Amino acid sequence: MCRLFALSSRDPVSPMRAIEALNVMKEGHDGSGVGLFLHDLGGPFGDMKGAPILSGIFTDEGLKRLDAFMDERGFVTKATLVLDPKTPTPVGTPVRGTYMARAYEIPADLKAASKAEREMTYMSIRVTLRLLGEERDDIRVFSFWPDTIMVKEVGDPMTVAEYLGLDRPELYARRILSQGRQNTNYAINLYACHPFFLQGVCTMTNGENTAFIPIKEYLLSRGFKGYMGYQSDSEVFAHIMHFTRNRLGLGVEYYKHVITPLSDAEMEGHPDRAMLARIKQTCRKLIIDGPNCVIGCLPEGDMFMVHDRKKLRPGVVGGHDGIFAFSSEICGLDAAIPDRDPHTDVQPMHLDTVIVRPECQEVTVCNQLQSLPRPH
Amino acid sequence: MQSTAVITPSTLSVVDLPWQIEWNKDTCTLCGRCTSVCPVNAIELGVFRKRTVEATIALQKKPTNSYSIYYGIRQRTDPAYRCIGCGMCNMVCPNNAIAPRLRPEATTLKFHNNRGGSARTRGGRRNDTGSLLDQIKFIRISMLTDPALDAGRHEFELRTLLGRIQPPEEGLAALRDNAWVPAVREIYPLMIGSMSFGALSPNMWEGLVMGVTYLNEELHMPVRMCTGEGGCPPRLLRSRFLKYMVLQIASGYFGWDEIIKALPDMKEDPCAIEIKYGQGAKPGDGGLLMWYKVNKLIAAIRGVPQGVSLPSPPTHQTKYSIEEAVAKMIQSMSMAWGFRVPVYPKISGTTSSTAVLNNLVRNPYAAGLAIDGEDGGTGAAYNVSMNHMGHPIATNLRDCYENLCIAGKQNEIPLIAGGGIGKNGNLAANAAALIMLGASAVQSGKYIMQAAAGCLGSEHDRCNVCNIGVCPKGITSQDPRVYRRLDPELVAERLVDVFLSFDTELRKIVAPLGRSTSLPIGMSDALGIGDYHAAERLKIKYVV
Repeated sequence: MCRLFALSSRDPVSPMRAIEALNVMKEGHDGSGVGLFLHDLGGPFGDMKGAPILSGIFTDEGLKRLDAFMDERGFVTKATLVLDPKTPTPVGTPVRGTYMARAYEIPADLKAASKAEREMTYMSIRVTLRLLGEERDDIRVFSFWPDTIMVKEVGDPMTVAEYLGLDRPELYARRILSQGRQNTNYAINLYACHPFFLQGVCTMTNGENTAFIPIKEYLLSRGFKGYMGYQSDSEVFAHIMHFTRNRLGLGVEYYKHVITPLSDAEMEGHPDRAMLARIKQTCRKLIIDGPNCVIGCLPEGDMFMVHDRKKLRPGVVGGHDGIFAFSSEICGLDAAIPDRDPHTDVQPMHLDTVIVRPECQEVTVCNQLQSLPRPH
Repeated sequence: MQSTAVITPSTLSVVDLPWQIEWNKDTCTLCGRCTSVCPVNAIELGVFRKRTVEATIALQKKPTNSYSIYYGIRQRTDPAYRCIGCGMCNMVCPNNAIAPRLRPEATTLKFHNNRGGSARTRGGRRNDTGSLLDQIKFIRISMLTDPALDAGRHEFELRTLLGRIQPPEEGLAALRDNAWVPAVREIYPLMIGSMSFGALSPNMWEGLVMGVTYLNEELHMPVRMCTGEGGCPPRLLRSRFLKYMVLQIASGYFGWDEIIKALPDMKEDPCAIEIKYGQGAKPGDGGLLMWYKVNKLIAAIRGVPQGVSLPSPPTHQTKYSIEEAVAKMIQSMSMAWGFRVPVYPKISGTTSSTAVLNNLVRNPYAAGLAIDGEDGGTGAAYNVSMNHMGHPIATNLRDCYENLCIAGKQNEIPLIAGGGIGKNGNLAANAAALIMLGASAVQSGKYIMQAAAGCLGSEHDRCNVCNIGVCPKGITSQDPRVYRRLDPELVAERLVDVFLSFDTELRKIVAPLGRSTSLPIGMSDALGIGDYHAAERLKIKYVV
């Protein structure tokens, strides 16, 4: 079973804080891979909030092809961060090329376009680059989005973090998702590594998604270019959140009603019964069956955790004003935020969605039996 | 045979018949129950003359003969009176002195059951024990990497939806705008397939309806039953129990006068309307109720004279093209109930089913598609239709589901699969396999008759006389002397047994796969089969 750890902080913190928490939970993962999502960055990238940042791994040939591709579309490099290896390549970690995050100045016509159009272009470029790279195995892109950097690699999280020298100010961030993998073989496709990203929505999951195939088939048939990949059965959790927000216009509180709807009996007395019944019926193909714990981050900076209907995977949320963490285990929380009051930790139950807003003031628990905010 | 008898091409001996009567003279009490119960008069009282030669040792005296007579059972060899293997003789015999035995090597009869130029007609099934569904295994066990679910203790939601479901965007917009939304019923995924009032005896129908009502009202299992083509008893039409019934309209429109007349008095809407275009057991044939079974009650409900055969036309008379006919009939039926009732067509499995489906995809009023495979049963059909016509359900369903996935409509038009589910007794496993291949629900008729009423039919051409009204169990007979054998209360009890055990077995299948929150429709990654070509065709795993 994989281990998950996420931080939401008012001030930027080092990703090492999350990696150290994963290291503490090492009994629960076998150190076979690590994935990092960093959002709302501090450091130099924090000063270019509007510039989309491309994160990925490139061979020399891949870099040339990337530059040609981006030039052609009028994107100009604004800043580049290369993660030069600081230690010898760890055993089991393949030598892949340059780990890079590059911020771009966008072309004038895109600046003039609507936000939705810009977001569609970013996604479209990422997907095209990914497909381009898969032809020759020379380009791997994980995200192309403003104020966002992603890193993924096979190996023990701490070893890989030291190898890539992740403790650097450019990578300080206010929103961090990290995952230590279990059962990853060394030949794994890195696109199967969590967290998964789509247009600012990012989630990671542990456990098995037993309803994967029908959900995947449903998302693939939505006619949306970004619903692709699915090297991992957990990728659909990110895409369902994207579908809920972007296609249905429903907030984070509705996500759990999509993936694990209430039973008819529970719905009976609910103030939003008509709405919930309609969601349950029309989104039936997006119902998950667990066992899963999903942790994610939304473009506005809301961080959340939900469980499957039977709460077959644990998760805990805790912290204090200014910083909160979402963790698979309490020991991870203890390592990252030792000065919190553990009595205020929240262990979400089967109907709960736990949310920490970007202000990092408190933990909000939404129970599915409560009434919901009107859709926007 | 007598020495004076003429040997004709169709003169058969007992060894030419597949079902041969074994009778034991020593234990027979000559009570005569077997000959009176035999539904086809295959056995009769036999008077046998016996010669005994009495010869003394070393022939001290000249040998003499003595003649005696004994009585017993004689099996008739005229093909019209052949034994059907029902075994009722054995059931009534106090001493177990008589029983039919199947001799598969005796095939001569097959060449002589068309006398007078009449091709063989019968009821029953395809008489083929093979079942692809039985070969499918559930291989994706989540126990190894994750906690498995507990079939006995966890919460399971194993219901399905019948009706047109809107895409999420449209569905939410309709709620916001207070717009019309197609009717959708939440039902149990095992439906009782269409068996008409007429094909079935009144006692059988009453038993099924009682059982269905009990399942709904006492056990809260939303089980639904389809009427078949033959209408619905008038009191049921005007009762609150109508909501448990799917009314079928087929090419003969039998029973629809009564239904239309009852419309103003209906307390509840029916669950749905099924428009039958085809039947898996006999594609290309309409329904057929032979004159033997058209008694006063049946004639009244169907609005026809008594004692005439009722062959439904093979096609709906309004049909110019399937697209037009289906659209018109869906529209008319929807309108009759104010667009509050789901209306869906039922077709026989065919390579062209995807064409029908694609048409339904574009019709916002189409509430689903029922597909009936070649292994379905029937009350009456030509032997050749039953044995050789039709399409297996598994690939037909799979093709349709894949088509829906391409169109992105897999949650919007439920596919209901039928035909051969549980043909060898594995009802839950077959149903689960079809659900994972893409069916939203399954329909079964034969299994229900066998399990709930003790139908004697088998895949070895046993009994199969549903068409002529002599059903030895009273299930498909309209003769009160025969159907009084069937106690409706006991049929209801058995029906409840069937559904409760099915429910347990279905949980026992889905729990190890890690599924409980929703019915695993289209979960094809859970399926495997040891036949490479079948695996390729169904796009499931090949496992050996």
